[in-house]
Amino acid sequence: MAIPLAYNFRNLWTRRLTTILTVSGMALVVFVFASILMLAEGLQKTLTETGSFDNAVFLRKGSNSEVVSGVTRQQASILETFPEIAIGPRGQKLFSREAVLLVALTKKGSDKPSNVVLRGIDENSLFLRPQVRLVEGRLPRMGSTEIIVGTSIARKFKNIGINEKLCCGMRDWRIVGIFDAGSTGFSSEIWGDGDQFMQAFRRSAYSSVIFKLWDSSEFENVKSRIEGDPRLTLEVKRETKYYADQSEVMAKFLRILGISLTVIFSLGAVIGAMITMYSAVANRIAEIGTLRALGFKRRDILIAFLLESLLLGFLGGVMGLFFASFMQLITISTMNFQTFSELAFNFSLNFQIIYMGMAFALIMGFVGGVLPAIRASRMIIVDALRAV
Amino acid sequence: MLILKVLFRNAFRNKLRTGLTLLGITIAILAFGLLRTLISAWYAGVEASSATRLVTRNSVSIIFPLPHFYKDKIQQVTGVKTVSYGTWFGGVYGDEKNFFANFAVEPKSFLELYPEFILPQNERETFLKEQKGCVVGRKLAERFKWKIGDLVTLKGTIFLGNWDFVVRGIYRGRDKDTDESQFFFHWDYLNEISKKALPGWADQVGYYIIGVNRPELSGDVTVAIDQLFKNSLAETLTETEKAFQQGFVAMSGAIVAAIQIVSFVVIFIIMAVVANTMAMTTRERIGEYAILKTLGFGGGHITALIFGESLVITILGCLLGGILTFPATKVISHELGAYFPVFNIGRETLYLNLAAALIIAFVSAIIPTRRAIKIRIADGLRRIG
Repeated sequence: MAIPLAYNFRNLWTRRLTTILTVSGMALVVFVFASILMLAEGLQKTLTETGSFDNAVFLRKGSNSEVVSGVTRQQASILETFPEIAIGPRGQKLFSREAVLLVALTKKGSDKPSNVVLRGIDENSLFLRPQVRLVEGRLPRMGSTEIIVGTSIARKFKNIGINEKLCCGMRDWRIVGIFDAGSTGFSSEIWGDGDQFMQAFRRSAYSSVIFKLWDSSEFENVKSRIEGDPRLTLEVKRETKYYADQSEVMAKFLRILGISLTVIFSLGAVIGAMITMYSAVANRIAEIGTLRALGFKRRDILIAFLLESLLLGFLGGVMGLFFASFMQLITISTMNFQTFSELAFNFSLNFQIIYMGMAFALIMGFVGGVLPAIRASRMIIVDALRAV
Repeated sequence: MLILKVLFRNAFRNKLRTGLTLLGITIAILAFGLLRTLISAWYAGVEASSATRLVTRNSVSIIFPLPHFYKDKIQQVTGVKTVSYGTWFGGVYGDEKNFFANFAVEPKSFLELYPEFILPQNERETFLKEQKGCVVGRKLAERFKWKIGDLVTLKGTIFLGNWDFVVRGIYRGRDKDTDESQFFFHWDYLNEISKKALPGWADQVGYYIIGVNRPELSGDVTVAIDQLFKNSLAETLTETEKAFQQGFVAMSGAIVAAIQIVSFVVIFIIMAVVANTMAMTTRERIGEYAILKTLGFGGGHITALIFGESLVITILGCLLGGILTFPATKVISHELGAYFPVFNIGRETLYLNLAAALIIAFVSAIIPTRRAIKIRIADGLRRIG
């Protein structure tokens, strides 16, 4: 027969202060572990959700982001003749040429400038990005200096709002609308007529060309045609892949940082658990002797102490994840190293992170408890009973 | 002296527990020190900037160039001593993972403006003479095993194609915080090829670096330069090198802030561990405290005993952790050298370590001490174990 679980609960309750300290130590570790994974997950989610799988993005060969890419007008016209382009609701080709620039705007709070993506669109861009929704104002008229801004930009930057003016490229750009693109990178962008941007900023080439494939499987055809045509010094990627590549370095940085931090922190927490469990054993030598005398086996003692330690880990895990789940309310806005521009993303919790956090907490409890539990189970009955 | 002996004896009465706690503090202080060093590595560019250098760039954002002819106009502004210019090349050596900073610069004025880049006289001369020549930092040369005279090919991400360079010099940093992993070459080389391949970038520079006569002049010079190009096609934004570098750090400010928060969380975790140890220790010794009280020692003595013991443990851990930070930093700077060229342990970090240890010691001793002082002698003596 095993020792009832209630015995462990009562033990933890009797040493409340120690239990609380140990559990909160572990909870903090789980909290940090989960938060950093959530951050990396949120970043990747933001950038992968930004793209659509059926959209093909064309960039100049060798350039890894739209900002440094260039597609000439001639190349864009060749691309427009491709038969794989899907047809839109009005019978037009779902094909758009875009000019992407960076402008420095002042952030609220810190008053420091940060680079924001200025995306010059054409009339088809919105059809290619169904996730973009207007929340305030109206869409910009093509051929005018009207622009719309993403919600993250409106929230985080100074002097951004309907009817405000943005001055750069020797022109005033009037904000006529605010759009929401959910948790995608587009929410951190400013959109306006591409041809206007190109004139104002003296650009002769587009940054990228995007079109929707009428059939997803046509991607390989497009790719081989591009590679075979010497006029097209371009590279094609699925839009999802393009954005996923942009989050790679940063997500990797966050993961490495997160994992190395948690390993170090967890050592601290494991030591805390070990101290607690060793003292739990040391204080209960006589009790252990009594249990053994009553007929409980060595294995039962071992299991009882391990369970107690796992319970500590479990409580720590629950507490840590509970607090970490509140992090979902926070939005981080920072520079993506790869694109050199501002990007807002949320902490995002998923089941995998919950499992990992919980597993981590239990492992900490187990590692902290296993040595003390072995010591407890190895005691000789007579000696243990003699101890006061 | 006697009290110190008592404290040490007390601290190591339960060797296992104290050993574990010590280990915990050592790890925590080590982590804290490393995180602080990581943050200061982020600010290395700011620290290394000079008060007599200004940076002028396009006011729209850093990706827009400025015309080359601005050089002569800037030169005429009173207070300006030297004008140099450069362009971020963004070349990749082999694989994208091998990241390092590479610039096309006007070599003569550049070396003049950056006296902290120390280049032997003969290397300097051959570099200035050869248009395809490049100069690399000592750390960068070690990383890729480059020697003088080696041919290095970079793949351009902004300026397409493969670009060949000959290593003509390897510079050393004058100060500890000088970045020794940069790569620079002749702007003329870049411009010559751009004229043919990328006409939009011909005769354009990414930024100007301006040396002023005296640091006090920088305010006036800044205003004068920006005024000069007001309402032109390419308006400028001039700031001190420090402000320019700080702007870069501020862009990734959220991450720096997160690391900062995390570095304090580790202190909290270890506080919980030490407080736990101290709580257990005092619980075991309640009987002893009662005896001490019977002998006539007051609350002050008991407080001193508990706080002292806590201090002994944390200070020892702090010392161990502090010492270990040095070899650990070496390993990390080797691994992350590409991202953080300057990775030094600052003096503040060591002070902060000590401050953290003191705070941990005091905070974790408060509750146990309260318990020990409050216990009534009779109750204390009655308790066993």
